[in-house]
Amino acid sequence: MKQFLTFVRKEFFHIFRDSRTMLILLVMPVVLTLLFGYAVTTEVKDSRVAVVDFSKDELTRRITDRLATHSYFTLCAAYENVSAAEKAFLRGEIDMVIVFPTGFAADFHHGGNTSVQLLIDGSEPNQASVRTGYTEKVMASFMQELHSGKPMSTSMQIIPEVRMLYNPQLKSEYNFVPGVIGLILMLICALMSSVSIVKEKETGTMEILLASPLPPIIIILAKLVPYFVIACTNIATILMLSYFLMGVPMAGSLFCFLGISLVYILACLSLGLLISTLVSTQLAAMLLSLLLIVPSLYFSGLAFPLESMPTALQNISSIVPARWYVSAARKLMIQGVEARHVIRELGVLTLMTFMLITISLSLFKKRLE
Amino acid sequence: MSSIVVANSLSKQYGKVNALCSLSFEVNEGEIYGIIGPDGAGKTSLFRILTTLLLPDGGNATVDGLDVVRHYREIRRRIGYMPGRFSLYPDLSVEENLQFFASIFGTTIEANYHLVADIYRQIERFSTRKAGALSGGMKQKLALSCALIHAPRVLFLDEPTTGVDPVSRKEFWEMLQKLRTEHGITILVSTPYMDEAAWCDRIALIQNGRFMQEDTPAGIVKSYKPVLWSVKSRQMHELLHDLRRFNMVKTAFSFGETYHITLSDGLSIPQLKGHLETCGHEQVEITPIAPSIEDCFMELMNQTL
Repeated sequence: MKQFLTFVRKEFFHIFRDSRTMLILLVMPVVLTLLFGYAVTTEVKDSRVAVVDFSKDELTRRITDRLATHSYFTLCAAYENVSAAEKAFLRGEIDMVIVFPTGFAADFHHGGNTSVQLLIDGSEPNQASVRTGYTEKVMASFMQELHSGKPMSTSMQIIPEVRMLYNPQLKSEYNFVPGVIGLILMLICALMSSVSIVKEKETGTMEILLASPLPPIIIILAKLVPYFVIACTNIATILMLSYFLMGVPMAGSLFCFLGISLVYILACLSLGLLISTLVSTQLAAMLLSLLLIVPSLYFSGLAFPLESMPTALQNISSIVPARWYVSAARKLMIQGVEARHVIRELGVLTLMTFMLITISLSLFKKRLE
Repeated sequence: MSSIVVANSLSKQYGKVNALCSLSFEVNEGEIYGIIGPDGAGKTSLFRILTTLLLPDGGNATVDGLDVVRHYREIRRRIGYMPGRFSLYPDLSVEENLQFFASIFGTTIEANYHLVADIYRQIERFSTRKAGALSGGMKQKLALSCALIHAPRVLFLDEPTTGVDPVSRKEFWEMLQKLRTEHGITILVSTPYMDEAAWCDRIALIQNGRFMQEDTPAGIVKSYKPVLWSVKSRQMHELLHDLRRFNMVKTAFSFGETYHITLSDGLSIPQLKGHLETCGHEQVEITPIAPSIEDCFMELMNQTL
């Protein structure tokens, strides 16, 4: 036991004395969290709206006002005709044009049916659809107000009401936190730990360690413990950053969230261990880890929704541990479901961990070859 | 005297290359046994098999009566091993390194300080310095201290003096002598430097995975049969060429500032001198010389070719 603790202490020395390692282990997670939280946001804010109003009546004025005061829109111009608005589009001055046809209010009051035209820059389809959605919502709420004044109106309209579940404001911070934790734990536990084990091989110290009475399993465990501790620290840091700074809620049980994170850390560490048994240079360990981490990024649903992938890729994604972790973490953190709803994810992760440990221990050599 | 290390027709192959070809030898308790040969002769493979780090492809070996394959665990307790290249932690201080290695062998610096005292005292004033910042000679002293701190029965030193300055090399061999005489530790040491053979009690000359000869340094020199001459002239560069072209000269090797040669029967020294002078050499000096281990090594290599 004393041998083990001395070994763990030595590992911490290696980490604390290398400023680059420290940077990756402790600073990078914070930077990544802040980056995803603030810079790489999928929210669409400050859409620049221009109006082409052929009707110029009370109703169009009220709708325009409504858009102008909305926090996601900035009213920046009014044009006399559509071609002027299109030129503004080409100059990149506006993101969206709303066109009211002539006799808008008259049509509305008489027939109860009228329409507006939205011109949106479709070169960024995601943003375009989000902007459409926002505008529809603004219109819908306006109509509702209009009708609520005179409930017995003959012009009954069915107004579709879309309510976003779990993330009503479509805030992207909510969604990315589990993904970022998944990615960071993978980097620290798989990449950094495998590099640290392989370093002993590369510098020749493994030769002395193996020629000592220390059982190989103790060597490996002692090398992994610091990364386990640091991974736990990182979860705490990221959770606190996202809760206090970005207002991301913890909808479900924190205890369950930490539980599944622990299993995921173990899965990543055993992956690191496996990598370290397969290669003998630090560079090779780093490359192999990155080769495994990049798919994690794609297949975890952090950047691209899994549901929109071809079935074949969805199937491949099921062997990526990060995918199961991110899925479970989202359920627990954002949807706030009970633990029994993540049993499947927990089961898969546990199974993966056992398999990885079994394979890497069977590959680990108690000699040099 | 009993044998503490016994190798019995050890073989090791890497692919088609034979690193060790059926090596057999015994090392007596309390002796310094030197394995001397050039790079690639099989020294490191032999050490790794004896330190349980490699499995032999054929034959068997015991260390302190324990089989290197079956009882590898127990052997690892009883041996000290210093690999060929510097294998300590450069980012740990001198003292932290020593403490770490004491602790993984389940002992403390204090418990065995008497063993390393002579060596460690020389680097103790740098105890807080990072091991990576030590000079070559000091690194080697630290590595030896770390290999000794658990009071091993046998010490395996793989090319400990490679890359170390001549003064530190001499100091190092004196330390080994002391370890043997004062603490009775058996030492197996390999080196590519033939001039270090004299420090050993017995040596084995190794080449291409085979022992060419095994004896005391004096015994090896004594078994050297030919008469050896040292040759010098003003035109040293052409001299070797001319010597090798002359068919009455059996062997000619560069040795420091002179050439060591052996002659065929029937060629006298004045004849050789005359021949060299007709080749245009001035101030030709030919003197008889006592053979060194290197001469023996060259002669043995010639015989096996």
